[in-house]
Amino acid sequence: MYGLKQDWMLDGLAREFVLDDYASGVPRWCPGCGDHAALNAVHRLCRDEQLVPEKTVVVSGIGCASRFPHYMRTYGFHGLHGRALPVACGVKSRRPDLDVFVVTGDGDCTAIGAGHWVHAIRYNMKMVILLMDNNIYGLTKNQTSPTTPKGGTSNTHPDGSTLSPLNPLSVTLGITNASFVAQTVDWNPAHVYQTIKAAHAHPGLAFVRVLQRCPHFMPGHWDPYMNDPTKVQLLTHPDGVGVDDGLKRLFKNQRVHDPRDLAAARVLVEQVAEVPIGLLYVNPAAERYDFDTARGVGLSTAARRTAVQAEVDRFLI
Amino acid sequence: MTHAQPASSHPTPAAFNGVVQTVREHIVEFVSDSGEGAQTAGQMFGTVSAKMGNGVWTVEIIPAEVEPPLRSRAGASGNRVRISAGTVTNMGDKADVMVAFNDQVPYSRIDVGALRPGTILFLESKWASDLVDDVRKEYADALADFAARGYVVIEVPMEAECLRVVKDARRGKNMWCMGLLAAVYQRDLAIVRKEIEHKLRKKGPKVVTDNLALLKAGYDWATTHVPYRFDVPAVPATQEMVVMNGNQAVALGVMAAGMELCSMYPITPATSASHYLAGSFPRVGGFVHQAEDEIAAIGFALGASYAGKTPVTITSGPGLALKTEFIGLAVMAELPLVIVDVQRGGPSTGLPTRVEQGDLLAALYGAQGDAPKIVIAPATIAECFHFMVTARNLAETFRGPVLVLTDANLATGQGLFERPIVQDDWIAAAVDQAPWQEGAVPYAWDGATGLSQRPVPGQKHGVYVLTGLAHDENSKVAYESAINQRSMEARSRKLSTLHKTLRPPKTYGDESGELLVVGWGSTLGAIEEAVDRLRADGLSVSSLHIRFLSPLEPGLKEIFARFKRVMTIEINYSDDVGAPGVTAESRRYAQLAWILRAHTLVDVDCWSRVPGTPLSPGDIEAELRRRVRPS
Repeated sequence: MYGLKQDWMLDGLAREFVLDDYASGVPRWCPGCGDHAALNAVHRLCRDEQLVPEKTVVVSGIGCASRFPHYMRTYGFHGLHGRALPVACGVKSRRPDLDVFVVTGDGDCTAIGAGHWVHAIRYNMKMVILLMDNNIYGLTKNQTSPTTPKGGTSNTHPDGSTLSPLNPLSVTLGITNASFVAQTVDWNPAHVYQTIKAAHAHPGLAFVRVLQRCPHFMPGHWDPYMNDPTKVQLLTHPDGVGVDDGLKRLFKNQRVHDPRDLAAARVLVEQVAEVPIGLLYVNPAAERYDFDTARGVGLSTAARRTAVQAEVDRFLI
Repeated sequence: MTHAQPASSHPTPAAFNGVVQTVREHIVEFVSDSGEGAQTAGQMFGTVSAKMGNGVWTVEIIPAEVEPPLRSRAGASGNRVRISAGTVTNMGDKADVMVAFNDQVPYSRIDVGALRPGTILFLESKWASDLVDDVRKEYADALADFAARGYVVIEVPMEAECLRVVKDARRGKNMWCMGLLAAVYQRDLAIVRKEIEHKLRKKGPKVVTDNLALLKAGYDWATTHVPYRFDVPAVPATQEMVVMNGNQAVALGVMAAGMELCSMYPITPATSASHYLAGSFPRVGGFVHQAEDEIAAIGFALGASYAGKTPVTITSGPGLALKTEFIGLAVMAELPLVIVDVQRGGPSTGLPTRVEQGDLLAALYGAQGDAPKIVIAPATIAECFHFMVTARNLAETFRGPVLVLTDANLATGQGLFERPIVQDDWIAAAVDQAPWQEGAVPYAWDGATGLSQRPVPGQKHGVYVLTGLAHDENSKVAYESAINQRSMEARSRKLSTLHKTLRPPKTYGDESGELLVVGWGSTLGAIEEAVDRLRADGLSVSSLHIRFLSPLEPGLKEIFARFKRVMTIEINYSDDVGAPGVTAESRRYAQLAWILRAHTLVDVDCWSRVPGTPLSPGDIEAELRRRVRPS
């Protein structure tokens, strides 16, 4: 590094990580799938923030997006369908030193894992959640998801889904103790990166919904928004997601939104005509459950033995 | 205003006649409506007796509802206390003495056969003069019925006597009765007073003073109104002893085993273990996570396990059913985890507060595909403690989930055992954070043992992605036939490896003979007591108790061969031979019998019942007598 011999330096100082240090294998997602954009952004974030690979854990459930950890050269947990969040909370509970990312999909998070979603938001343990929302079940081959638009056809609703879609943003904004809620679109890598960067910097649980293309089962689904960027509303604010001149040139439909204004955020996510991207809501002072769960971490064996013996001895007759 | 007089045929209680009856053991029950304090009194009676040097076993009598209707036949709340001159391992048979706060609650105990002709029943007499006609009639009817059943009823004006001391008798009757029994059993009043002071210390000096006054009043009343005195000789203790119930023992075991996270969801009858942990865990650096559901509870635990901790999740049958998908993942991905199942009656919601041993097959086989895992069952309260240390050790050594099956009988039964001395190596961290060797793989399955070492986040060069998909040594997803075969073998091989380290179980009684009774879990004490009684009559019966259910303990076939017949006794459902519609071919066996038959190819019979109560030594004795002829 910088011409210095590595063995002159302490190990922790000597290591510098490049993009390749975070990449593993060749992603098997379809060409044009939005998962690639999220993966690239996370690789870049890890490099820019110099996250130590062995101190980083990516947790996922089951689904196309949940293959994500396999393409990271960090610790990873590719678990059960719908159950990424309890696992991620458990990883964080007694290991505050670890950086935790969760990658989940609209089926994984808003259907089978919906209960955990509500509670993970309320726990507000420091981690980044990427909800890769393509409005369809991909891995199991084209079934309706809770976010599939009304009338959308699939193998389970060949005549079109009959119910209006669940709005993951309004749900998340409705959960007590939500502390960071943002939205981005996979077809703009710069905004995806800036959003994930802001999420990672947030002292709490950052929930990011990524509107995602599924070229295989939802071809052209987001074309109206891609072809007409004015349908996307870029949220700007000094406390929001970083917006450079390039983003401002592309997304001319802009709105100054104070991310501390929960009521305004709720109105924004309910609008139908335009897709807001950026930071919808943030509360850095929200209660943190990981501060509770980590109590007592690191107590010495001797101290614990003495304390346990005292507990046992309360039962002496 | 005059009240109807009780239609009592019982003599007026007489004063103590000076004769103390020495008995080897006695069973005392306290029963009341919920919230009247009979449980507290029973526990205190047990603790005081233990402190005086008696062997003690206490069983909670719990109604299913939080507040069942008053004077309900189904709503009895209280305690059974068996005290002895020797060691006590189970709840015993019929009660010798019962204290009842009304005339209806005894029926819930009569229904389960807890009383016998001659049981002395101290009965609150205020109901005889109740304002409600129906209540007076019920009381009179019950008195007549109790007499017909042969109980010795002593009517006691509990409330009236308490009102001489305090204003609200409902809150003090239990300590007045404690005083009464302290006189009958000649308990050391200094010890009782100390217990009251300790138990009520948080309620303020007035409450303590009132209860001490009630204790004395009950004691004094008994000296002039109760003709009985019993002496249960105390044994001088040679060891320091602790007294607790099985759930407390599990919770203490969790702490002593060095586990630092309990991730749980409330479920009867397991929750009291977590209640206890919630209070004491922080003092030893641990944390109780109350998850949003049973699935999240085990998921959270497995996350912590992946991050290098060995957590515990404590549940009961319905929770175990919900957790099975994650248990499969823990097997597949080789994540250490201790799962305690405090079994209750099933299927479905079943009998939430009652004992059953119905989860054995679910514990062994209830997961996707072939999911070999370790299953152990403590048989005593002491084992509830020590098996937690064993379980954590096994979970880490064999890198996977360990199921510990207890039940409602152990969970709520309170007994004595030798004071455990907590060891550093029980508590020490499982894994350090030293870097792995470069190129090391996360599943370096040893060909002979199936064992491998787990990397933990933070360890350099250990980086891997855990997956529930079939995978190779590198944890890379693999659909190849040969890899799947090999990884299945590796996971299975771990059980063979553990099996090699186990010793054959010891028979209780002769090592050969006519009948061998095999049990598991909480039935140990009752089975051995029944075997003792039969052997005292010269009958050729021995017993065997199994603690390791997966892998099964070695040498069973050889042991079984030394007996003419082998049978299991279990608290779960099986078809009786000759039951309507049941043929030899269609008969469904009790769960341990099922496993033993498959494992040994011995024609193991079974006798099992689902009464919702523990099997008493008398129940077992009667069944065994039917089966063995005098030699």
